[in-house]
Amino acid sequence: MEQILANGLYLGAQYALIALGLTLIFSLMNVLNFAHGQMYVFSGFVCYTVVVQLGLPFIVGLVVAAVVLAVMGGLIEKFLFRPVIRRSKRDESTMLLAAGIAFFLDALILLLFGEKQRGIPKVVNGVFNWDFRLIMPYDRILICVLAIAIIVSFILFMQYSKAGRAMRALAQDRMAAQLMGVDVDRYSMIGFAMGAMLAGLVGALLVSITGVNLGMGGPTSIKAFLMIMIGGAGVISGAIIGGFILGMMESVGLSVLSSYGDVTYLLIFASLMIFLAIRPQGLMGKPWG
Amino acid sequence: MNTNTETMAAKGSVTARILGMAAFLALVFVAVPMFIAATGRSDFYYTLTSVALLAIGAAGVWLTFYIGRINIGQGAYALMGGYVSAILITQAGVSFWLTLPLAGIFCAVISVLIGLPILRLRGVYFAMVTLVLTEVARLTALALPITNGAKGITSIPLPGELSVLGITLIPDFSTLQNPRQAFYMVAVALMVLVYLVLWRIVNTRLGHLCRSLQQNEELSASIGVNTTWLRILAYAISSFFGGVAGAMFVSISQSIYPSSFVVQDSVNFVLYCFLGGLGYVFGPMLGTLLLYFGWDLLSVFKQYQLLIYSGSMIALMLILPNGILSLLDKKEGGK
Repeated sequence: MEQILANGLYLGAQYALIALGLTLIFSLMNVLNFAHGQMYVFSGFVCYTVVVQLGLPFIVGLVVAAVVLAVMGGLIEKFLFRPVIRRSKRDESTMLLAAGIAFFLDALILLLFGEKQRGIPKVVNGVFNWDFRLIMPYDRILICVLAIAIIVSFILFMQYSKAGRAMRALAQDRMAAQLMGVDVDRYSMIGFAMGAMLAGLVGALLVSITGVNLGMGGPTSIKAFLMIMIGGAGVISGAIIGGFILGMMESVGLSVLSSYGDVTYLLIFASLMIFLAIRPQGLMGKPWG
Repeated sequence: MNTNTETMAAKGSVTARILGMAAFLALVFVAVPMFIAATGRSDFYYTLTSVALLAIGAAGVWLTFYIGRINIGQGAYALMGGYVSAILITQAGVSFWLTLPLAGIFCAVISVLIGLPILRLRGVYFAMVTLVLTEVARLTALALPITNGAKGITSIPLPGELSVLGITLIPDFSTLQNPRQAFYMVAVALMVLVYLVLWRIVNTRLGHLCRSLQQNEELSASIGVNTTWLRILAYAISSFFGGVAGAMFVSISQSIYPSSFVVQDSVNFVLYCFLGGLGYVFGPMLGTLLLYFGWDLLSVFKQYQLLIYSGSMIALMLILPNGILSLLDKKEGGK
């Protein structure tokens, strides 16, 4: 049981980090970022290149991946999403753009990094073993701790910094924020860059454990959608709770129902649909956000 | 005088419409087969058949857009329709032509059951639930015994003869020299039928009511429109189209697997609608043709195929964010 809970916590921490970036972008721009999973894979490959091919330490790879993704996110917002949002009649048109970017990133990854599964060597060796009741490699614990640290610092940033306050105001009411003198364009761009950066951090963290490959992007996006649906779209606490809930459900389901194969996911999806029919805005969300 | 010119204009537009329709029919039923016969690219038949069938599915998605909902779950109904048709043919020995409407009706009934709770959702919430629905459909197909799991159902016989009162309307496909061409003809005929129905829906009272839903649901409910019934109806029609498209696909590929229609396909249906333009009935058809056929043509670029495809998709979005047919808006001075 301890093992299952620990696995759930470990999965939940990384899921929450992915969902945070997605929900940040959604709350600021009302954009469903279909390319989120691809951003995550891209950053994994960036980290791999820095660590394995250039031979630099893991922490450099982490920082480089985060910076590359942040810049990419900022540019995507400024040159792609902003003009399209300004000119399109319906908000949903951005979905086509996001899907186009997802395909584009897939193509870019294929051309730049190839289609092979890539991973980097373990950051720390050894396995934590508590009386054979709980077995966890040290690198997983490290990644889990790092992920939680990033989540905490993100919350603190959103809560107390000027930029964080501006972004929260923007998420609540774009027009009112603008009237109060918030530079809407600037903070939209920063927000998008931060969302992409979170995807970048998580990609770089996970490349050290599970590795990355080209096909991971789409399924990751779908899982991230699930998490923000559980917690409520566009709410930071919702994304974190959703991430941990999905992580726990997967961990428990896969160990209890392991003999039935994919039934776990079927159950998760089906219960999610029932849950959403009863509570459409998720656990923490605002109705019709 | 004024009314006279108006009726004249209406008559003119009716003639123009009939001419346009005739031109379109001539193009798809005569010009395309002649072109393919002349160039010898019979693989285009398969591509264009797929375009026609995907356009049918996209028509359904477009109808849900018309009531203001983003439907990323059409793949689920296509898969469902495909399985219904495949199971009926292989296990009950029903004629394919009968399974085609049955698959549609099955999907419509299921969609009413699913739609009752989820159609209360709006915006991204509805979009994401339908996205999950596609995944549910795939996993259900994997888990159920009747669908034969991951192995799928294979070697489904070609469509048989369709005859009414002893007169053969459609000959047995296995006796045909060129079943590809026959499939093309059937698929295009089906597509024309679906778009006629769609066009008819949009231009009746039902269509006006749907538009009122798209603009403001509370307002239209407050003046006495039965919004729940309308939403369910539109969603059921949409799913009917999805099921028919799926069933037809199965008869062409003669096989179906749980992965025949995945989330990517559901998303693609939505993209076809966006690209063509949400304001026009024929938008999804154009969008499907451009995206699917364009992808096929770009295969000459080999590894750069996806790069060019997605690059041009992004560029198109930047130039025409409201879809290709929004070009027509400007001529008429906006909507």
